[in-house]
Amino acid sequence: MTTLGLGSARAGVELRQFWRERDAVVFTFALPVVLLTLLGSLFSGVYPGSPVTSAQYLVPSMIAAGVASTTFVNLGVGIATDRDDGTLKRLRGLPTPPLAYLIGKILLVAVVTAAEVLLLSLVGVLLFDLPLPASPSRWLTFGWVFALGVVACSLLGVAASALARSARSAAAVMNLPYVVLAFLSGIYYTPVGALPDWVIRIGSVFPLKWMAQGFRSAFLPDSILPQEVVRSWEHGRTALVLTAWCIGGLVLCLTTFRWRGRQSS
Amino acid sequence: MTDDAVRVRGLRRSYRDTVAVDGLDLTIAHGEVRALLGPNGAGKTSTVEILEGHRPRDGGEVLVLGVDPARADVAWRREIGIVLQSTADGAELTVAEMIRHVARYFPRPRGLDETLTLVGLTDKRDSRIRKLSGGQRRRLDVALGIVGRPRLLFLDEPTTGFDPVARRRFWETVRGLDTTVLLTTHYLEEAEALADRVTVIADGRVVAEGTPDTLGRRDLATVVWRDGREQTADPAAVVARLSAAYGGQVPGLSITRPSLEDVYLDLIGGSR
Repeated sequence: MTTLGLGSARAGVELRQFWRERDAVVFTFALPVVLLTLLGSLFSGVYPGSPVTSAQYLVPSMIAAGVASTTFVNLGVGIATDRDDGTLKRLRGLPTPPLAYLIGKILLVAVVTAAEVLLLSLVGVLLFDLPLPASPSRWLTFGWVFALGVVACSLLGVAASALARSARSAAAVMNLPYVVLAFLSGIYYTPVGALPDWVIRIGSVFPLKWMAQGFRSAFLPDSILPQEVVRSWEHGRTALVLTAWCIGGLVLCLTTFRWRGRQSS
Repeated sequence: MTDDAVRVRGLRRSYRDTVAVDGLDLTIAHGEVRALLGPNGAGKTSTVEILEGHRPRDGGEVLVLGVDPARADVAWRREIGIVLQSTADGAELTVAEMIRHVARYFPRPRGLDETLTLVGLTDKRDSRIRKLSGGQRRRLDVALGIVGRPRLLFLDEPTTGFDPVARRRFWETVRGLDTTVLLTTHYLEEAEALADRVTVIADGRVVAEGTPDTLGRRDLATVVWRDGREQTADPAAVVARLSAAYGGQVPGLSITRPSLEDVYLDLIGGSR
């Protein structure tokens, strides 16, 4: 069988296991939806000079956080678990190139992430009257921000999987930086321009802030720009930072990835 | 150049300041079931993992199915089956899904039904792996090791934690296989039940090797009577001679053969 064939076979097994593991499904999907619903209902009001409500402003940011969760957290926990429960050890003994395993993970992440984005968009549209991107160029923006964001966060997730000592600690090890980063990136806060200066400065180093800003630029009209940190969507900078994290993430992966657990070196 | 399934010469492996494998030699013929015995820390697991291509070595010559496992490729892996020591993977899959998945990696795998029958899991076919008992999980691991029709099967302490009934069933399974097997175990009766030959290692070296009934001069019986003792391969002859000498009853006569366990403890005793 070809590497691609084995990769899709892996994806089949990965998806089955994912859907059957209820904790993971609940954490991955329900948590962002619940947060979005709660926060969206708490914040009310319309930003002056634009038709955008606070809840609508929140949705693209929450989609970005959802993507970070299904890529970074999901992969970090998933790989740490595979290392802990013997999945990786078994695969190392089978006639398969390691790439097939990674293809399986990539396909899993692609499907789960697409489902997450759809679900959060649906909540946004149904509950908060979020307008979908209004023009092909905005869809294009959504597309490239999504692609770069998924790749960067996935690679970082693979790299971070090495930090977890066991499957049990992995969820904690991955969720803490994720939640902290979500706060620093202004995900749960509207408008982003009102964040304290130091928060913005730290948040701007990491990819989540730029992914959220990119998604806002796809969903929201330009009349909301006064609420942003800078009065521009900064597409060039967004692309630059996300690409830099893709490259950095790849380097981190190549230097830190371990097939084995720490105790059995 | 080699007709042996496994050929190891002078294998060495150290971890920081401890020497795990210290000049080990091992030759296993095709079709043989070989048991590797030794106390914890004797170097069993290191040796097996080096042979499986899972661990690098410091020195020595290793050929497994004619290939150096340190340079193992996908083609070589297709000929090897590995039954890992303790696993918990695929907990949410069913038995059938897991076996089918692993079968996909091999060019001519066994059928699902045949594999299930071989390990006696036919009635667990659609059970989630998480719900299997320890013994059933172990038999599934064996199923995953043999589904690709390997020419060489590694069984690493396969029946640890089994109850006696499950252990007997498992032995039946292994006896039914038509392949070279390298078995590591702590259970001497397991080695006796399954192995054609037994290799005892201690401190990273081979201290004895032989068939289960001749290992460590186990073929010699000890005849003890009131006035003496004698080690012999033919106790009947000794008793006949004594009987003639005493004119009938031999006072205090007993004939004992060491169990495999006696021999084993004796062999590794010297290294402790």
